[in-house]
Amino acid sequence: MSAVVADAPLRPHRGVSASGYLVCLGGIVWRESLRFLHQRGRFLSALVRPLVWLFIFAAGFRATLGVSIIPPYETYILYEVYIAPGLMAMIQLFNGLQSSLSMVYDREVGAMRILLVSPYPRWFLLVSKLVAGIAVSLLQVYAFLLVAYFWDVRPDDPMGYLYVLPALILTGFMLGAMGLAMSSVFKQLENFASVMNFVIFPMFFASSALYPLWRVQQSSELLYFICTYNPFTHAVELIRFALYGQLEWTALAVVAGCSAVFLTAAVLAYDPSTGLTARRGGPDAAK
Amino acid sequence: MPNALRPTMALALAGASLAGLLAATAPAEAGKIFVTNERDHNMTVLDSESLKVLATVKTGRRPRGLIASPDNKLIYVCASDDNRVEVYDPNDYKLIKTLPSGPDPELFVLHPSGNPLYIANEDDALVTIVDTQSGQVLGEIPVGVEPEGMGISPDGKVLVNTSETTSMAHFIDTSTKQIVENVLVDTRPRVAQFTPDGKFTWVSAEVGGTVSIIENAKHEVVKKLNFEIPGVNAEAIQPVGIRISKDGSTAFVALGPANRVAVVDVKTFEVKKYLLVGQRVWQMAFSPDEKTLYTTNGNSNDVSIIDVESMKVTKSVAVGRGPWGVVAVP
Repeated sequence: MSAVVADAPLRPHRGVSASGYLVCLGGIVWRESLRFLHQRGRFLSALVRPLVWLFIFAAGFRATLGVSIIPPYETYILYEVYIAPGLMAMIQLFNGLQSSLSMVYDREVGAMRILLVSPYPRWFLLVSKLVAGIAVSLLQVYAFLLVAYFWDVRPDDPMGYLYVLPALILTGFMLGAMGLAMSSVFKQLENFASVMNFVIFPMFFASSALYPLWRVQQSSELLYFICTYNPFTHAVELIRFALYGQLEWTALAVVAGCSAVFLTAAVLAYDPSTGLTARRGGPDAAK
Repeated sequence: MPNALRPTMALALAGASLAGLLAATAPAEAGKIFVTNERDHNMTVLDSESLKVLATVKTGRRPRGLIASPDNKLIYVCASDDNRVEVYDPNDYKLIKTLPSGPDPELFVLHPSGNPLYIANEDDALVTIVDTQSGQVLGEIPVGVEPEGMGISPDGKVLVNTSETTSMAHFIDTSTKQIVENVLVDTRPRVAQFTPDGKFTWVSAEVGGTVSIIENAKHEVVKKLNFEIPGVNAEAIQPVGIRISKDGSTAFVALGPANRVAVVDVKTFEVKKYLLVGQRVWQMAFSPDEKTLYTTNGNSNDVSIIDVESMKVTKSVAVGRGPWGVVAVP
């Protein structure tokens, strides 16, 4: 066990070129994309879930909530326009956690072992996995934006679709890294139901995705406090402002900071010497 | 504070060239937007470019109707609770003079030549004619109960007044000062507006929820516009203000508590779009170049700015309490 750890950083020097890294990254991204595209049900549900919110939930609130002006908006907006960034972040949240679920699956079926015996450092493999997850989430988000466009939910300036891309990459990174860090503690696939209950729903509902924070503050100071410290709120706001060609510095700082923390946690968790996988009886522990 | 995000050089260059283009086509001097605030008893003056408040001018009590003279050198304000019309200088915002108006003036219209002024007196069922130069009352025309909307034909020969309780549009010959025809429209007509070719008059019915289009030669309603907005109760759709572009192609109808402005194709009578603005939108005014439309939102105390070409609401700007009338001058 310890020999594996000691060797890991040295391996790249043994005949692994820089282009080899790219091949590795490309392979992981390609595998994830193929897996996503072959799981039509997953693509469909990834698209249908936010559209249900947009078409049904938002339509019900259309008349009652289309009243307030908060930055980055400069005039009154319909409720569906308000929740669109929240739904984009929701797509990424689900994707980040489903991607992490696939790590559990990989571990169960033994595919992870193939990955882990590759001569690349562990952090690189994890980042590659993250990049793959982000690529898949971007595909989902832009598919959602395309449908939303025909529902008249679109940014004022079409350039917003471009401005939002860096924000989506960053929020995808944060939510993916969070999923990775969490996946290290799951032993079985079935745990995803608890993830839904204890992670996705609280993060989504206790954020600015569905209601402006001033409205939350009017009903509950405690909830407002929770929302303010929820990284998902900042992911939503980063996307919201970027869609309107603006940069929200606080959101950027929080998302970047949380990304770093989650990634470090994931790298540590998947490191056989320090991580939880070994202690919790992962495949590495069996060696 | 959020800053503009300009991620790449290419975008920066594109932005710079766009800015250059805008600078080349921008008017040399920004115009002004005047808004009467009926609950604050004053008038807000906005810069049409920056949309910043330039001044807040104290007026008579409950200022409502607001128009500019054809040469844009005078601003007329109906001070409803002071029973007079006030005339302001749009440059220094000084009160130049007051004109008699009869009791409770609400809306008025100037003859296309700039004189006289026709004023609807809500409480007295009268239209008062006032000479803007001498301040003399030239005549009073008895009309239906609660007169409000005032429209005048482009040649100045026909005046249309709507009476809210009688639900009629009264066609008045301006030379004889007599009603020539009364046309029944839907309940509570608020505003009358001639098409630029003078052939039709559009009359909004606030409670009826419709806009009647009257052919002036026959004095007949030839078309009634209905409005349907998904998710908004039919009772909330209360048409008030109407503006028709000078080229006669597009009409805008303010729908009151529906918080929407309907964009209507004048030729086909098709509602092309509903634009979300502030709460209880009543009156509207075009900018002098008709590229922009301003709406007064009485309950949310702001003015929404509509880009006419793209049919988009670009911004909403806070003014005083109960914004009512609006006019834009160069």
